[in-house]
Amino acid sequence: MTAAAALAKNRYFPTAIGISSFVAFIALVELLIRVGVINRFIVPMPSDVIAAFPRVIVEEHVLQRFLLTAGEAFSASILVTIFGVAGGVLLYRYHLLRLATETWVAAVAAAPLVLMYPLYLVIFGRSALTIVMMGFTAGLAPIVLKTLEGLLATRRVLINVGKSFNLTSSQQFWKILFPAALPTIFVGLRLGLIFALINIVGVEFLINFGGLGQLINELAERYDLAGTYAAICFVILVSICVFILMERLERWLRPVD
Amino acid sequence: MAETGRLRLPAARPLGLPLRPVTALRIAIIVAVVVIWEAVSASGWLYRDVVPSLVAIGKALYATLSDPTFYFHLGTTAYEIGIAMVIGGLSGLAVGILLGGSKFMSRAYEAYLYYLGPCPKIIFFPIMIMWFGVGPGSKVAMGAISCFFPVALNVAGGMREIDKVLIRVGKSFRANTWQMVTKIYLPAMRHPVINGARLGLGVALIGTLLAETKLSNRGIGFLVIQAYSIFNMPQMYALLIILFVIAIGANTLIGRVGGLDDIKRS
Repeated sequence: MTAAAALAKNRYFPTAIGISSFVAFIALVELLIRVGVINRFIVPMPSDVIAAFPRVIVEEHVLQRFLLTAGEAFSASILVTIFGVAGGVLLYRYHLLRLATETWVAAVAAAPLVLMYPLYLVIFGRSALTIVMMGFTAGLAPIVLKTLEGLLATRRVLINVGKSFNLTSSQQFWKILFPAALPTIFVGLRLGLIFALINIVGVEFLINFGGLGQLINELAERYDLAGTYAAICFVILVSICVFILMERLERWLRPVD
Repeated sequence: MAETGRLRLPAARPLGLPLRPVTALRIAIIVAVVVIWEAVSASGWLYRDVVPSLVAIGKALYATLSDPTFYFHLGTTAYEIGIAMVIGGLSGLAVGILLGGSKFMSRAYEAYLYYLGPCPKIIFFPIMIMWFGVGPGSKVAMGAISCFFPVALNVAGGMREIDKVLIRVGKSFRANTWQMVTKIYLPAMRHPVINGARLGLGVALIGTLLAETKLSNRGIGFLVIQAYSIFNMPQMYALLIILFVIAIGANTLIGRVGGLDDIKRS
């Protein structure tokens, strides 16, 4: 095996190449801006963006804004979990209702619900409630569908074991159906919560109210280029951390094959 | 791994029960919703016109659909989404083939796409305005960015699923890269590509329309936010109904054309 082939098979080499090419790209952008190829009034220098981080964090009260967005996301998560899982269980329990409405729920899941935000502004006002309700609306359908999918996929043998122990329908649900469906339900929760988070930050930006989304809008309106880029990077980092956390939780819940 | 676009939607399936009770229940639900809606509308519990009468919404729907300026705005939005789909879709396809075709490239770069994919794209809108101006360019860019990620990730996944025998057949015929892409890769991963296009269209539509609601003077998104600013609620409901019908219809159409429903049923 040649040295190049051995390097390519190395576990860390591709990751190192990925990181180093990202850093090289940033350095190239910095250079192009410094020599005047890229207009610095359109794209700020990466060094300025990095330097803007402490300023944005301290002066723009990023922690409070983060907590506000996190609070909205948490409220939407609670609502979406309660109503989504309950909706899925309801459709599982009532066969006729499922047959009548499952395609409707699927259609809602495919609809661009975030475009309803002007309607929510009228109904709930320019407040955190609009943002929470928008997150709730966006995240509901995936959780209903995945809960239903998980419950329907429960192995027949497990249900028969419950019946052979003469479990009540409540015991059957809490001891057999729910634990068996939990990994799939969590896939739905992850999808629903990601949809909710995307919509919460997006609506904060669009209606210029709330936490991190509003921060980007405010900095852009002030034409604080470096600050805007720094705030966008911050939101991306927060989003990535949330996705990784959700992923870890899902893996932890998934049964070992 | 984190992803937002893999929600498997149930396809219509043969019903276990006879059709009549299901149809009856559907009609009952629709009637109940209509009655509740009209009762709330007439009660005055909410602010005036927040829940307008269905008759008013119907009239607004008719007025909107018979207004020629609506079709100008619809054409503008369709043009922006079309260009966004071409740019975002083709670049997503190229990047997907590159990442899916090489384990090394995938391990080096796919994580970036994978974690950037579910981020709220609308936050890039201020940057797009600076780069492409306040006209249709920034809306196209928003749609293209939104569309790029699901297409690239689906194509990369599809590339990895291609039967190795097909690739070996292509290589044994000494096919060049272009021939490999057009004769082997694309036909073999038709379904992931179409699924990516379907997801891409959905998010491109959202990205473009949200950008129009934020800053524009044309397009359906502009009409929605204009209806909000002059408090014309029946028209806002009418526009949302039209948008949802178009979005769900386009989604279903791409799925049908690509034969995705057949896969789910088989």
